[in-house]
Amino acid sequence: MTGKSVYLDNAAATRMDDRVLEAMKPYFFETYPVATSDFGYSLGIEAREALEYARDEIAHYIGASGDEFIFTSGSTESSNLAVKGVALALGEKKGRHIIVSSIEDFPVLHSAGSKELEKQGFSVTYLKVDHEGLVDLDMLRDSITDETILVSIQHANQEIGTIQDIETIGRICSEKGILFHTDATHTFTRVPLDFTKIPVDLITVSPHTIHGPKGIGGLFIRKNTPITKWMDGGFQEFNLRAGLENIPGAVGFAKAVGLVTPKENEEIKTMRDYLINRVSSEVSDTTLNGHRFKRTPQNANITFHFVEGESITLHLDMRGFSVSTGSACFSRSLEASHVILGIGGDHERAHGSIRFTFGRYNTMEEVDRLVDTIAEVVGELRKISPLAHNKEA
Amino acid sequence: MTFPYNEKVLEHFRHPRNVGTIENPDGTAMEGSPACGDMVSVQIRVDPDTKRITDIKFESYGCASNIATGSIITELAKGKTIEEAKKINWKEASDALGGLPPIKAHCSVLAVEGLRSAIQNYEEKHGLVTDQKTTTVEVVRKRLKKVMNPLSGLDLVRTELVKDIRVDGGTVHVTVDIPADHQFASNIKGEIIEKIEPLWDVKKVEVEFLE
Repeated sequence: MTGKSVYLDNAAATRMDDRVLEAMKPYFFETYPVATSDFGYSLGIEAREALEYARDEIAHYIGASGDEFIFTSGSTESSNLAVKGVALALGEKKGRHIIVSSIEDFPVLHSAGSKELEKQGFSVTYLKVDHEGLVDLDMLRDSITDETILVSIQHANQEIGTIQDIETIGRICSEKGILFHTDATHTFTRVPLDFTKIPVDLITVSPHTIHGPKGIGGLFIRKNTPITKWMDGGFQEFNLRAGLENIPGAVGFAKAVGLVTPKENEEIKTMRDYLINRVSSEVSDTTLNGHRFKRTPQNANITFHFVEGESITLHLDMRGFSVSTGSACFSRSLEASHVILGIGGDHERAHGSIRFTFGRYNTMEEVDRLVDTIAEVVGELRKISPLAHNKEA
Repeated sequence: MTFPYNEKVLEHFRHPRNVGTIENPDGTAMEGSPACGDMVSVQIRVDPDTKRITDIKFESYGCASNIATGSIITELAKGKTIEEAKKINWKEASDALGGLPPIKAHCSVLAVEGLRSAIQNYEEKHGLVTDQKTTTVEVVRKRLKKVMNPLSGLDLVRTELVKDIRVDGGTVHVTVDIPADHQFASNIKGEIIEKIEPLWDVKKVEVEFLE
């Protein structure tokens, strides 16, 4: 193995930026107390001020006000709170039907389809997506019933990066008086979102995808959105999320948000496009999964036909590249990616799919090395594949 | 660096032995798993007098454990008589590789089955198999011993997950003692169907899960 390892799994987790750590440090070692009330001691008041400052910065970033954003432990908790919290608040009053897309990430899929909600009589419609991963808006309109209380459709997909038209989805929902939640874990700061223009009620976000800390996330909740707290404890976070506030995490989150620039997003997109173009012209029999243009700047997802994903990732790993795959063999559940199957791909397409997600620390030189290595690895694996007999890799 | 497999597995994965095909093989087989999508082909050359496997080649469309097992199985089988080679099982292949993760059993068992199927193919082609047996509960049970429980790496029968088998005309009904929403339910169902459906007198396979 030559050179340092190349990390291209930034959708899963990112290297934290040193500047984020520097911003967080004082809240571990100096201003470490709990956020006290106005009548607490001075260190506690300073801690609270730091928390509120971080909250305001993140909220204002998309045009929300500070009291429309709460901190959680991460995207999973945010989406659980959004889906189950709305269900608890409106189930009895309004109805027990939820609509989600079939390619949502697991927190939304498994919250909407949870045993908990099922027992209370909730039903879920899973909207199919087209071959590029886009939700059919007519199908959404047709799926809404008098019982529908919530639509949860992600801003962009975790595996294939397809960006949904959340503005139109939001309008459809608001016209019918239905709440709309979107999981923006993979778009926040990478793809513009204006809270003052887009009629969305709840947004899941997290800094772990943008070189911020793990263990903290957030949920935007538009004013007057009916939502019920379901984890009991103290009255923190406007009495919606009990538990000691993670102030270093909140400060780090705000810092991470401030560090993302349009220029960086453009650079990431340039590297991503370069990868897609080189692979598609230099490696035969590949398919780009997702939408060519409506996709997050950091995501490329490519199927290398006739070979299996875990074999590719292991070969790449042995050569110093970290990527992930939608192959069943790679997953803990041995299930092929529900996203690749959801866009009409067969098991074969999921089997050989590789996800590359870029971040701040990637370089063009790495992309060049990566493509050279992929061409070699895929070529080797095709040599031993019974499906690639008549193919020259 | 911390890789998910031991060095021996990685070595076979990186440099698989006996890869390719044999021209006019004496026995050939292609095994596939609908659950994980892996496939493996095995071809053998058999000495007609000694019934020894003189040459063996494999190809793999699969994950690392599938490739490594395919490789080791060719080393284990080469030079053995077909009767000896039939007895090679997953455990032996896994041991020869210094151990495979149990969860990978179902991807790697394919190579073992590929070898057996190639031998069976040889026997069928050379008139060494006689009658076609009627499918009975016992026949089904024997086949289910090839379906792996991914949690333990052992088969369904041995881990007592098969609660009931019924053979009714051309329909085989299997009851498995795991909940339908179990992490591996759909994998197990797919593999059961794959193992039972090819039986010559079976038209339909039903798999039921217990809560």
